[in-house]
Amino acid sequence: MAEIRLESLHKRFGRVVAVRDVSLEIREGEFVVLLGPSGCGKTTVLRLIAGLETPDRGRVWIGGRDVTRLPPGRRDLGMVFQSYALFPHMRVFDNVAFGLRMRGVGAAEQRRRVQEVAELLQIADLLDRYPAQLSGGQRQRVAVARALVVRPQVLLMDEPLSNLDALLRLHMRAELKRLHREVGSTTVYVTHDQVEAMSLGDRVAVLREGQVVQFDTPTQIYDHPADRFVGSFLGNPPMNFFQATVDPEDGSLRVEGVKFPAPAAYAEALAERRGGSVLVGIRPEHVSVGAGPLRGEVLVVEPLGAQKLLTVRTAHHVVKVAVGPDRALRGGDPVALGLPEAHLRLMDAHTERALPRR
Amino acid sequence: MTLRKLGLYAAALLLSAWVLVPILLIALAATTPREDLYRWPRPLWPERLSLEVLSSFARQEAVLRALGNSLAVAGLTIVLATLVSAPAGYALSRYRFRGREAVQLGILATKMFPATALAVPLAVAFIRWGLYDTLFGVALVHTALSLPFVILIVASVFRGVPAELEEAAMSLGASRVGAFLRVTLPMALPGLAAAAIFTFILSWNEVFAATLLTVNHRTLPALLVHSVVAEGAPLHYRYAGGLFLVLPALVIIFVIRRYLLTLWGVTVR
Repeated sequence: MAEIRLESLHKRFGRVVAVRDVSLEIREGEFVVLLGPSGCGKTTVLRLIAGLETPDRGRVWIGGRDVTRLPPGRRDLGMVFQSYALFPHMRVFDNVAFGLRMRGVGAAEQRRRVQEVAELLQIADLLDRYPAQLSGGQRQRVAVARALVVRPQVLLMDEPLSNLDALLRLHMRAELKRLHREVGSTTVYVTHDQVEAMSLGDRVAVLREGQVVQFDTPTQIYDHPADRFVGSFLGNPPMNFFQATVDPEDGSLRVEGVKFPAPAAYAEALAERRGGSVLVGIRPEHVSVGAGPLRGEVLVVEPLGAQKLLTVRTAHHVVKVAVGPDRALRGGDPVALGLPEAHLRLMDAHTERALPRR
Repeated sequence: MTLRKLGLYAAALLLSAWVLVPILLIALAATTPREDLYRWPRPLWPERLSLEVLSSFARQEAVLRALGNSLAVAGLTIVLATLVSAPAGYALSRYRFRGREAVQLGILATKMFPATALAVPLAVAFIRWGLYDTLFGVALVHTALSLPFVILIVASVFRGVPAELEEAAMSLGASRVGAFLRVTLPMALPGLAAAAIFTFILSWNEVFAATLLTVNHRTLPALLVHSVVAEGAPLHYRYAGGLFLVLPALVIIFVIRRYLLTLWGVTVR
């Protein structure tokens, strides 16, 4: 097990800057998810850690060792590729044993360790088959087994679940979590799926346009997004945002002409912005329905089983609201909305970055 | 059947006949007994077939020696072409480098230069270098002639092996060379073999350079051209020689036709 330290990594491909000034410290044994929309540079960061790309600037440290100039094979890591990249001309056994052979492990020891990891991943009865004879889920397990068998310091995974169907993905997600608990290797996991990120990561690094926007625990990222992008990228449906003005006298907020008391945590930040404007963010499940000063009309009701999702139009905004499944509301119904003070997240109207809380 | 389909089939039939009818005629003529061949009027379909002409052709010492030469030249050509085209094709398929497009185009552009224009300078140069009338010299020219095609074929073969497989091997501890040898090469082998056979056929059928650059060490096509043009070989000899040349190429193309399709970028998997 080892910690990973990335020091202001830069990487460009031609004119495209893929990674700009990325610094991360990943602790020993931690499960870190790199999350972001496609093209945000998350895979490039992973490949920089793996040594499949060389950074234009910056350094990569694994276990206190500067590996920036080392080839992938000497970084002591295992990698699971999005396509699995199983060797089609080798049996599952030889696929899994590949890394051991490269390290000069003896034949008897190879068999023992392949068997051991095969049992861990429940592929022991598949060892004689060729990859083409396996299902998607089985290939995925083989790919993980092949990466784990060398007992790497670091396990890297590039969207490993994206080629599986929804049910299998759910299953494998839990499997990966169990595996990490049992094996304990430092893991870096790339995905664009926010649910995967939230459920798997000890910490999540949200990337956008080659930069780390926020690096924190999933709850913290969900509850306190660092900016509007994070708020709308995480959460389904995303966070609601209202334009608000700050009262010049008492620092209270005005949303659609309705006065809201200034949230206590933001009192200082708002004091500086009196007479200006801010963005008010609130998660759909926190908007209160039935009582409140905002007037709106229900546009759409989507029953989702565990909850109902409402789309409400107010004077100037369209708001997504999650309510309990028993709420009897229909399209066209007038509705009153409240914005509970404790759940408001304020952001700068121009930079869209979260305002400091006390 | 629609008119459009009918036209398509007619065109295909015409094209096939254009290739097959001469082969059929030469095969018939070569297997017609000698006395029937010279009879007049000659029946369109011979009354009897025999291998007599063919076997007497194949038993001549000059023919056997030329056959050996042809095989040696083709073998040498395969080795030389592989040595050059494997790294070149790999580089073209894997790396994005400055001038990559230009290199690719340049390789093909060499085909646009008429070989006849090079004939005299080439012969002079070979005499000066002591390569004239050697099998190695002929193999060199055949390599040069085949490279444009072979490099592009080999590049497309390597392109068919996903780069991620090599990266996976490297992440598991293999060096770049090791990843190539253990993963890419085994997977590319069938395609490379097909490319080698393609090279073989190119060399086997090549007449111009072989005739120009040899006197005593003629390959089979060169020997035939020489005996027909310079010595006026009899009709049955010409037919037998023709069939002898066509057959291996035909058989080989038939065997590797599936690979040839994939080679030229059409995936039929």
